[in-house]
Amino acid sequence: MYRYDEFDQTLINERAEQFRRQSARRLDGDINEDQFKPLRLMNGLYLQLHAYMLRVNVPYGCLSAHQLRRLAHIARRYDKGFGHFTTRQNIQFNWISLTDTPDIMTELAEVDMNTIQSSGNCVRNITADHYAGRARDEIEDPRVWCELLRQYSVLHPEFSYLPRKFKLALTGSPHDRAAVAVHDIGLRLHHDNQGRPGFEVIVGGGQGRTPVIGKTIRQWIEPRHVISYVEAILRVYNLYGRRDNIFKARIKILVNAIGIDKFRKLVDTEWEQIRDTGLQVSNTEFERINAHFLPPDYENLADQGDELAAKRTREPAFDAWMRSNVTGHKVPGYAIVNISLKAPGRIPGDISADKMEHVAALADQFSFGELRVNHRQNLTFVDVRQIDLYLLWEQLVALELATANIGLASDIIACPGLDYCALANARSIPIAQDISLHFANSGKLQQVGNLTINISGCMNACGHHHVGNIGILGVNKRGKEYFQLTLGGSADEHASLGIRLGRGLPRAEVPGAIERIVDTYLTIRQATETFLQTYRRIGIEPFREAVYGPVNVSRRVA
Amino acid sequence: MPLTNSHQNIIDPYIKIGPDDSLPAEGALLVTLAVWQDHWERLMRRQELIGVQLTSDEHPEIISDDIDQLDLIALEFPTFRDGRAYSYARLIRERYGFTGELRAVGDVLLEQLHYMERVGFNSFEVLSNDPATDFEIAANDFTVWYQTSGDQRRTATMLRQGKKNHG
Repeated sequence: MYRYDEFDQTLINERAEQFRRQSARRLDGDINEDQFKPLRLMNGLYLQLHAYMLRVNVPYGCLSAHQLRRLAHIARRYDKGFGHFTTRQNIQFNWISLTDTPDIMTELAEVDMNTIQSSGNCVRNITADHYAGRARDEIEDPRVWCELLRQYSVLHPEFSYLPRKFKLALTGSPHDRAAVAVHDIGLRLHHDNQGRPGFEVIVGGGQGRTPVIGKTIRQWIEPRHVISYVEAILRVYNLYGRRDNIFKARIKILVNAIGIDKFRKLVDTEWEQIRDTGLQVSNTEFERINAHFLPPDYENLADQGDELAAKRTREPAFDAWMRSNVTGHKVPGYAIVNISLKAPGRIPGDISADKMEHVAALADQFSFGELRVNHRQNLTFVDVRQIDLYLLWEQLVALELATANIGLASDIIACPGLDYCALANARSIPIAQDISLHFANSGKLQQVGNLTINISGCMNACGHHHVGNIGILGVNKRGKEYFQLTLGGSADEHASLGIRLGRGLPRAEVPGAIERIVDTYLTIRQATETFLQTYRRIGIEPFREAVYGPVNVSRRVA
Repeated sequence: MPLTNSHQNIIDPYIKIGPDDSLPAEGALLVTLAVWQDHWERLMRRQELIGVQLTSDEHPEIISDDIDQLDLIALEFPTFRDGRAYSYARLIRERYGFTGELRAVGDVLLEQLHYMERVGFNSFEVLSNDPATDFEIAANDFTVWYQTSGDQRRTATMLRQGKKNHG
């Protein structure tokens, strides 16, 4: 993974020192909260319901065991002993004091980490496929480009006061695990018809109040031009994005208002002016960064066949974990292992400092000292020897980190909701806890198979409810919490937005409604259809009827 | 409003002229776009310093043909959150080739001076008793930059390359 050299280190140190001076001016009363707010937000420090929350970037989800230990230390020393992994592959600390924040930034800088632009109307942490560089179906590893774009966007003098926040995601696989279609810019590495690698550029996707699937602005662009092309998009957006209404300020609104063809014309005209400038990525710079992403020293191993199969037969719990949490690796004899942070009844994405340290030790022992944070709020070891899988599983079981539910119904995305967030209308976490416990008790998890349930506590959609196979949106009606269900959302290469099922339900009715939806699917599915496939075949009506009862005959006639 | 360039506090020599003001016979003038367009011929004939002030809704392309005639272009920040003028500044410097005074006016905060300087501004109206000192603080927060921009500073990539070439 990328390690800072003296230049990167100097910049991050200087930023930490700058914030130390800024917060001292705030604490001394030289500047007021209004003046301080934009400064702290550009450093990921939010004022939430009960305390400051600090969001730390995990660039494109890559984390070393050493860094994870530092995060554990921060959780223990400056927070209440835990952290929360987010859908932007970041980690948040929810109980931070302003006076400690400069020290935390210094401690992060010591391990090549920072909080720069994890908030604010600027380019946010860039996310990527958490299997990047390891997935069997990958065409090209996007991480070098992620790092180039990270450096390009950090403290960009022109683009630090955009109309609104700006999110980029990259993937190098045909199967999209990075939800690139619902980002301001999504970049998908693929090959053109002559076999040359290049990026498909998708623009104007997003969630929030106005969910939009992004549109392809360019089918293929040479990788060395990707930064100039992103700059052209950012400049057009900076100049023409709306600034009169923050709910209409994202790039998706601009793209929809003028249409993708006109938007493309503006971008291409701008791009022609800058494509052959210093923004071109030189081979030297590519190679310098690529050297940080070379594969580790894999052993010459064969895929494990019989022995692993025998263990799976003997141990059904191991077999269930293998089926849902472990996936193929591009190198023979190795596997990718997901560690679920979604044990039944627990808070999705939360992890204690003690567990962080245990996971760091396991990463050292089993996965070359590195891990990934994935956007579904779980952790991933990307380089595990297959002969170690059973041993790793046993150790994860002992740590209560072996929940076998990756991609299944209890692998729920949830935003922090009204338990923490100043914007929320409703609590997300208790709903996630109710549903995951419900599935744990019903024993239907494996039978139901792949199903994403995403929960947001307000229409800002941090819990990605629009792209959940089942989405749950918390709303507040006359002081009471209700939850609206949507069906049919998906964040993959066939991205789609969920359709609203019906009126909002009180919290107590949500698990039962989910159960009826799932039972309907089990009744009407054909062969090996997933929930989403069944939904796409037959539509929403049977599910609506299952939750709200049969449609009134007179209404049907009308 | 107190004014600084990148070295010292300066006294503004320009008289600001809006649409309702009559044009004085003498003196350096900073005029709005409407005045510039309405009195273009007369203003072009003057021998004294002349500048145009643009709001953030006014794209500088409108005056790009007149760039060589201007001594000053002032760009307004209606609020510090409105970042359009950062892009305008780069276009004015890098695309239209303006070499005169490029001034940031409006809601200009200390912390933004450095970004403004990087995109090509070289004078700043700041609500401060001593804007030159503010500038000094803001401009020295960083010694490393990742991006190329209007100020020709060497980026981290260029510095790495230079270091390699010189052992």
